[in-house]
Amino acid sequence: MYLYPLGIRLWHALNAILIIILIITGISMQYTDKGNLVFIIDFAAAVKWHNITAIILVISYIFFLILNIVSGNAKYYRINRNNLFSDLGKQFRYYVSGMFKGEKHPFPVSMESKFNPLQKLTYVLIMYAGLPLIIISGFGMMFPEITIVKLFGVSGFILTDILHITMAFLVTVFLVIHIYTCTLGTKPTSLFRGMITGYHEPEEESPEEVSPEK
Amino acid sequence: MKMLFAGVLVAAAFGFYTEARALSGRADSDPGTADTLAFVSPFMEDNERCFKCHGQGKYEYENELLGTTVKALMCPDRIIRREDFYISNHRSFSCTDCHSSDYVVFPHPGELRMELKFNCLDCHGGDETYSIFSFEMIEEDYMESVHYKLEDEGFSCWKCHDPHTYRISMRDSKNLKETILYDNNICLYCHSDYTRFQILSDREEVNFLKTHDWLPNQASHFRSVRCIECHTQISDSILVSHLVLPKDRAVKLCNECHSKNSLLMASLYKFQSMEQRRGGFLNGIIMNESYVIGANRNAYLGTLSLAIFGVVILAIVIHVIFRIKTKANLKKG
Ligand code: HEM
Repeated sequence: MYLYPLGIRLWHALNAILIIILIITGISMQYTDKGNLVFIIDFAAAVKWHNITAIILVISYIFFLILNIVSGNAKYYRINRNNLFSDLGKQFRYYVSGMFKGEKHPFPVSMESKFNPLQKLTYVLIMYAGLPLIIISGFGMMFPEITIVKLFGVSGFILTDILHITMAFLVTVFLVIHIYTCTLGTKPTSLFRGMITGYHEPEEESPEEVSPEK
Repeated sequence: MKMLFAGVLVAAAFGFYTEARALSGRADSDPGTADTLAFVSPFMEDNERCFKCHGQGKYEYENELLGTTVKALMCPDRIIRREDFYISNHRSFSCTDCHSSDYVVFPHPGELRMELKFNCLDCHGGDETYSIFSFEMIEEDYMESVHYKLEDEGFSCWKCHDPHTYRISMRDSKNLKETILYDNNICLYCHSDYTRFQILSDREEVNFLKTHDWLPNQASHFRSVRCIECHTQISDSILVSHLVLPKDRAVKLCNECHSKNSLLMASLYKFQSMEQRRGGFLNGIIMNESYVIGANRNAYLGTLSLAIFGVVILAIVIHVIFRIKTKANLKKG
C-alpha cells in the first residue's frame, strides 16, 4: 500500500533532523552551566544553530502545510468527531491490552485511513497546535522587540519563553512516544521502512497478532 | 535569510540606540528624585550669578565700551543645566566651593583657565562619611583600568562622573532599566561620539554596534545589562567595578551570564540579590527586570518535566516487557 508520498517522506526526514537539532541546541541553552560543556553545546554555537535550524523548520513547516493541501494528504488528518472518545478508547485499549491478547487492529490501515484515532489526534495536535505555537513563541524570542512587554504584570518575554519551552518539552515527549509507537508495526522496523520506501507493509503477518484461542 | 536577520537586528539595535539618546534627558531627571524635587539650595542666589550665563545655551553681557548688549552662544561643554545640577549629588554646593571665587568677575580672568581642578579623592578620600562607597578601592580599581592609561591625555573621574550632574544610580535604583540606560549613556557619551573620543585617544573610530554584532538580540542586551557587566573585572569589595578591561579581556562567553551561577548576580544584581529573592526560579531576582535564558530556569517546571519524562519512559519499558513476553508465549505455543 503506497501511503507516504515522496514529498511527505522528504519533509518528514528533514523535519525529524531539524527537530532533533532544535532539541539538542535548545536543551543546551536551558542548561548551560560553566564547565558543563561535555554534554552540552557551547551557548553561542547553540544560539546560532538553533536560530538557523528554526528558520529552516519554518520553511519546511510551510512546505508541509502546502503539500498536505495540494496532495490531498490532509484528508488523513481529519478527525471523525462522532465517537471520537470511544474510538480513542478502543485504540488505547488495544495498545495496553488488546495487542497482547492477539486481538485484531481496531482501525486497520487502509488507503482511506492511514492513521488510527490516537495517531490522528497526536499528529493533528503536534502539527496544527504544537508547531505553530512553538514557531510563534520562537519568533517572539528571536525578535524580542515585537514581544508584548508585560501581561498582567509579568514580563511578556518570560511568558513567551515558558510557552516555548513547554511546547518544546511536549514535542520532545511526542518524539519519544512517536518513535516508540512506530515500532508497533508488523515488525518493529516495518513502519520505519514504510516511511523510507513509502509502502506500508500489510498487517496480516504480524507476529504479535496471536489468534484469540492462545 | 541571514543577511535579512542581521539587518533586522542592526535596525532594532539602532532604534534602541536613538531611543536611548532621546531618553537620556528624561532618565537624567528621574531616578532617585524623591527628596531632590523639593530641594532648595541655600546657595541658589549665589549660583545664579553663574547660571545666568552657564545655565542655558544663550548668554548676554553688556559691552560697556561700545554701550551695546552682546548676545552669544555658550560653549556646550560649559553649560550646566540648573535642573540637572539641583538633582545631582553635589546639589548642595555653591559653585565657588570648588571653583575660584575670582570667577565672579566677568570677563573671567584668563589665568583661571589654569585653575587646578579637584578630583573625587580630594574630597572623598579617607572620609568616614563616605566609607560605604569605598572611594579608595574605587581608585585602586581605576588605576588598573584601561582608562587610567589615558590620564596623561586628560582622563579623570570627571570624564564619566560629571561633578555637576552626576547622581548615584545603582544604589538608589528604583527602576533598573533606567539605571542601566543612565549608566550606559555614561560610556556612550565618549564611545559613541568620536569628537569627544578623539580628545583622549588617537584610535580610529569604532562603531560599537558593529563590534557587538556577534551578540544575538543586541538591542535586548543593551537594554538589559550595562556595558560594564562584560567590560570590567568584577570586584568583591565595591558595588560597581571600575576596573575597565582591555577589549580582548571582556566577557564573551555567553554562559558567564546564561547559567545557573550567572555572573550577573555578582554585578548588575549584586545590590538587590543581597536583599530580595524570588521563589521557584533560579537567580529569580534577575526576573524582576529581565529574563536570562539559562540563568532563570524554573525549578518546578524542571522537576515536573523530569517526572513526566520518567513516567513516559517507564510506560514504554513496561510495554516493551509485555511485548517480549507475548512474543515468547507465541513461540512456546
Ligand atoms: C527520529 C525521528 C522520527 C522518526 C524515526 C519518525 C518515524 C515515523 C514513521 C515510521 C512514520 C510512519 C508511521 C505513521 O504514519 O505513523 C512517521 C509518520 C509521521 N511522523 Fe514521524 N518520526 C520522527 C520524527 C517526527 C517528528 C519530530 C514529527 C513532528 C514534529 C513527526 C511527525 C510525523 C507525522 C505528522 C507523521 C505522519 C506523516 C503522514 O503520513 O502524513 N515525526 N514518523
